[in-house]
Amino acid sequence: MNLDFSQIVPYIPFMLKGIWVTLKFVVFSISIGLLLGTILALCKITNVSILKWLADAYTSVFRGTPLILQLMIIYYAVPQLIGYDISAFLSAILAFGLNSSAYVSEIIRAGILAVDRGQVEAAQALGVPYPKMMVHIILPQALKNILPALMNEFITLTKESAIVSVIGYLDLMRRAEIVGAKIYRNFEPLLFAGIIYWVMVFILTQIGKRIERRMRQSD
Amino acid sequence: MIKVEQLVKKFGENTVLKQISTTIEQGEVVAIIGPSGSGKSTFLRCLNLLEEPTSGDIWVKGKKITDPKTNKLAMREQIGMVFQHFNLFPHMTVLDNVTYAPQKVKNISKTDAEEKAYELLEKVGLTEKANTYPNKLSGGQKQRVAIARALAMNPEIMLFDEPTSALDPEMVKEVLDVMKDLADSGMTMVVVTHEMNFAKEVADQILFLDNGKLIEKGNPTSFFSSPQTDRAKYFLDKVLS
Repeated sequence: MNLDFSQIVPYIPFMLKGIWVTLKFVVFSISIGLLLGTILALCKITNVSILKWLADAYTSVFRGTPLILQLMIIYYAVPQLIGYDISAFLSAILAFGLNSSAYVSEIIRAGILAVDRGQVEAAQALGVPYPKMMVHIILPQALKNILPALMNEFITLTKESAIVSVIGYLDLMRRAEIVGAKIYRNFEPLLFAGIIYWVMVFILTQIGKRIERRMRQSD
Repeated sequence: MIKVEQLVKKFGENTVLKQISTTIEQGEVVAIIGPSGSGKSTFLRCLNLLEEPTSGDIWVKGKKITDPKTNKLAMREQIGMVFQHFNLFPHMTVLDNVTYAPQKVKNISKTDAEEKAYELLEKVGLTEKANTYPNKLSGGQKQRVAIARALAMNPEIMLFDEPTSALDPEMVKEVLDVMKDLADSGMTMVVVTHEMNFAKEVADQILFLDNGKLIEKGNPTSFFSSPQTDRAKYFLDKVLS
């Protein structure tokens, strides 16, 4: 056994900064994923076939190709077409947000379909317009049922965020790699990063549980 | 109040309603009876366009609601509906269930909506349940809340789709009593029901449907004592024995 954690001590502040960097882009990505995912889900359940087709095609493409490929296309390949560089941060939130929305849309679609048909009829019979019915009646009930699945998606996203290190974005993972290269020891910084990821996911899980409890009030 | 002409509803190849024509006057209580699968509920659901008629026309208060230009939402504000399975909003308290539509559809202030809601909850005897969630209520209580919710929109017509069919026997009466009060207050009501006693006592007009056809209509006294068709005779023999 040859472990020496004292060597990473000077680099701890550098690595801890990675938490903020990772969190920042995870929060943005989740927000994009949730918003776009909801819109896509609504497109999938309409009777407008063009919207349905577009949403399905979108999901097919973003679920059917590797996330790392999508990330690299946005960061390296798209600038070649448009002539501007896209920052690592923007590339990261775009890739993760767009990718996540494909998965989230399927989760939300399933959640909406699981809400009793009678709820729609009751709202219609009261003259409630479609947007209000969705926002106040259908989505809150759908959300309650899909919360565990949604939390799962967010947890996956938080962990998978580590692959942004390939485009040089200075997230927690990239920082651990850099420290490893500097001190010629990899186990300690990687273990340290691993613990931080675990703690972040743990906190996320607790938040999820709390929200779930609050939503179960009406049970 | 309501006029239906040559109403036809098909689900795919299956014709569920065949050329139904009838009129319902203001303040009238109409009971729709008939065997299961006869199209009673479908007929009722056509009256507020929860089902789109395949052909034929419906007028409500002189307005042709089957006209594609008719504002469906505005029409539905005037027609309350009560469902077999209540369809209360499970994530809202009883009070919120009753005040939701007046606030969000009619833009009535929260205070006014709540005042009206308490009035209605008192009418159906559930004031003390205002802050309870629906799943804590019995079936009969749920259905009474559902009636209050529909009444909160001040409808001129109330549709009831087998309102007591999903209830335990001892809860049927509390719901029927509320409906009787409502009928006495002059509300125009269309009720799909298996409660023959209710139909006999409360209804002004009986519509008897079988296999998608309106085969007999008339006042309850003559319908129940001397039905004109063999089908209705057979049906009444079965259900009244």
